[in-house]
Amino acid sequence: MAKQVSPGVLALRKVVDDVHKEAREAKARGELVGWSSSKFPCELAAAFDLNVMYPENQAAGIAANRYGELLCQAAEDLGYDNDICGYARISLAYAAGKRASRKYDPETGEYIIDPSTGKPLKDADGKVIIDEATGKPKKDPKTQTPYIVLDDLNEINALPDGPEKERRLAAISPIRQMQIPQPDFVLCCNNICNCMTKWYENIARMHNIPLIMIDIPYNNTVEVEDSNVKYVRAQFDKAIKQLEELTGKKFDEKKFEEACANANRTAKAWLKVCDYLQYKPAPYSGFDLFNHMADVVTARARVETAEAFELLAKDLEEAVQNGTTTTPFPEKYRVMFEGIPCWPKLPALFKPLKEHGVNVTAVVYAPAFGFVYDGLDEMARAYYKAPNSVCIEQGVDWREGICRENKVDGVLVHYNRSCKPWSGYMAEMQRRFTADLGVPCAGFDGDQADPRNFNAAQYETRVQGLVEAMDANMQAKEA
Amino acid sequence: MSINALLDEFKVKAATPKQQLQEYKAQGKKVIGVLPYFAPEELVYAAGMVPMGIWGTNTKTISRAKEYCATFYCTIAQLALEMLLDGTMDQLDGIITPTICDTLRPMSQNYRVAMHEKMAVIFLAHPQNRFEPFGLQFCVDQYNHVKSELEKVAGHEITNDAIQDAIKVYNESRAARREFVKLANEHCDVITPTKRSAVLKAAWFMEKPEYTAKLKELNEELKKLPVCDWKGTKVVTSGIICDNPNLLAAFEENNIAIAADDVAHESRAFRVDVPFNPDPIMALAEQFAAQDYDVLLYDPESSKNRRGEFVANMVKENGAQGLVLFMQQFCDPEEMEYPYLKKALDDAGIPHIKLGIDQQMRDFGQARTAIQAFADVLSMQ
Repeated sequence: MAKQVSPGVLALRKVVDDVHKEAREAKARGELVGWSSSKFPCELAAAFDLNVMYPENQAAGIAANRYGELLCQAAEDLGYDNDICGYARISLAYAAGKRASRKYDPETGEYIIDPSTGKPLKDADGKVIIDEATGKPKKDPKTQTPYIVLDDLNEINALPDGPEKERRLAAISPIRQMQIPQPDFVLCCNNICNCMTKWYENIARMHNIPLIMIDIPYNNTVEVEDSNVKYVRAQFDKAIKQLEELTGKKFDEKKFEEACANANRTAKAWLKVCDYLQYKPAPYSGFDLFNHMADVVTARARVETAEAFELLAKDLEEAVQNGTTTTPFPEKYRVMFEGIPCWPKLPALFKPLKEHGVNVTAVVYAPAFGFVYDGLDEMARAYYKAPNSVCIEQGVDWREGICRENKVDGVLVHYNRSCKPWSGYMAEMQRRFTADLGVPCAGFDGDQADPRNFNAAQYETRVQGLVEAMDANMQAKEA
Repeated sequence: MSINALLDEFKVKAATPKQQLQEYKAQGKKVIGVLPYFAPEELVYAAGMVPMGIWGTNTKTISRAKEYCATFYCTIAQLALEMLLDGTMDQLDGIITPTICDTLRPMSQNYRVAMHEKMAVIFLAHPQNRFEPFGLQFCVDQYNHVKSELEKVAGHEITNDAIQDAIKVYNESRAARREFVKLANEHCDVITPTKRSAVLKAAWFMEKPEYTAKLKELNEELKKLPVCDWKGTKVVTSGIICDNPNLLAAFEENNIAIAADDVAHESRAFRVDVPFNPDPIMALAEQFAAQDYDVLLYDPESSKNRRGEFVANMVKENGAQGLVLFMQQFCDPEEMEYPYLKKALDDAGIPHIKLGIDQQMRDFGQARTAIQAFADVLSMQ
């Protein structure tokens, strides 16, 4: 039976699809399309009706679709070291024109199916059909997909018009993340990381396009000092001038205020959705929140996004009242998942959690994107607080807050090879979680986009260890 | 003093920061450790204290720092913490922790957590949008914070006159180092890569008046020598740091001289003087704003390949035949800029090699082979 998808989830999916569709259509009409870092103030671009795409979100989608390694390697072939953030590598390869494409037979034009893909074929009773020749399950041909190979959009565009050009263009993977238009300008805010600065400079150089830069230096205190707010606020003013020059339009204050109102409404609805993880058992898995990141990143200033999250909150309210959950197993343990997920390995991440009845009921993205503000100064202050720009006390406070509210029994820490700022003080955080909350922590090595940096066996062992520690903790409490 | 005596002294100073720290402390001086990059050492000097650069070490292994850091962090930052934790540099009265890269951002927290009970841990965040009045003002605010924290350690106010004096002392030292780099190129038979490195490295550990006086003495002695007729090849070096004598010895073995450098630990640190401004803190901020062509800093003209072309020109202007890039492991700013540096070098017909290094490197066999092969390539240029 197909998995039931709630109206809120469907609405959220539609929002992201629409954002992408509108950007593609705008590009086709010859309008400007920009690329933006995830925590650049989208309210500013919205005031100019600009279509904006989000490379981090795109890279996560590409990685989740299993094209991460291909694009990472393509970036490495361009000279970008494999030590560089996987999102950046994927984005830089994409910006350079590299595409994941379906392999086809040049004579027939037919796609060549990769025999390793597809789900097992089942009979009418739902039993897996075994291939007598190999002794292995037969694959359902409907679920099999072509080999994926690397192609180059610049090469394709340089071809004379004709069947080969059309065929190669058509063969590019149809997933929306592989169909994002190339940028006409870039919007960079380095509150997430400083890697962003060089990443976007590289894109600007590749395409000879303007870069609008909002610099948010690291902060050593929980409070954001007035001096820091002034610096960021002045950069907002400068960015507005740059956007005016870019678009030839005046800054539309009404549109800006509308975008701010929407962004605040989205943030509140997002937080409300996140808060349903406080229920025991939770009406959904924290992993589902990761799926909604696309909305909160790419479309938080749109009214449809706020409405979709509000709808999802309603769905969750009903689920709580009905005692239902989308988590496909009984919730035995509740944990916080620290860090960005390993997008290429989501099933592998989920497997041992499911086996042990571990539900993720807290993720750091909840407070990271749930920021509400009033006016430009407060907006500057809000954008100052990104997960990787805050001091250890703020970082610990955010996490311990959601751990307490969402009643976690342990913390699973992703040492993300792609993200130096995120993993940089994690060891000390783990010590504090255990000291302050009395919960065990377990760390594992992984990567947000490059599957080569994840080891399923190590991960499973660490989850097992965490489960044992949580068990011991629970028994001690009962005793 | 003779050239050799001066070079020997710089060599000893470069290799013994711990002893020098002990000596400063024995003299009753307060000492502040200065982590990379761009911290205004002038403020430490103006406070009557001794600044000492902390750029890791080539002789230790990461052990205690593992309590704080995952494996994929640059060894400079990790070994800096190691030296604070293992007693090598824990007599310092304070450290300044800049945060211009993604490793230094969270490491500033680790340094603070690990060391705050033992010494003052002074935070510094530089602005990337550093040119406009608002960027300069933010930098001024940050430097004023550093100043007030240093005043607490020193136990007295840092006056504007003292900062103006410090700026003069430091500008003079930077000019002497720039002159030395030129003379080292002209006299590369005497100033071999290991000696050049030791002279420049000593600047991080010695008090500037003493250092500059000795360096000027060396420069004067070098000027008396005839410009050497170098039969070997010359390169420009680039990277964060390349101060390992064992690695630099491979240059000497293959008759490769260093004509100039684009190294953060060397020339990038003294390219730009502090301009005159009646407000000395603003003058220091203006100096930071004028820093350019640096992998760590935002370039508002990023659609051009200014840095790559700047480095390629440096090779040509200094009579070098190629470039050696010391790629510090896990240094993503440097890695990010590599493809466009390569492009600029290729466009200019300049050969280069990229040597992956870190400070825990003990086996240089592979690097030696690469340097030897590169020397052969260069000799054919």
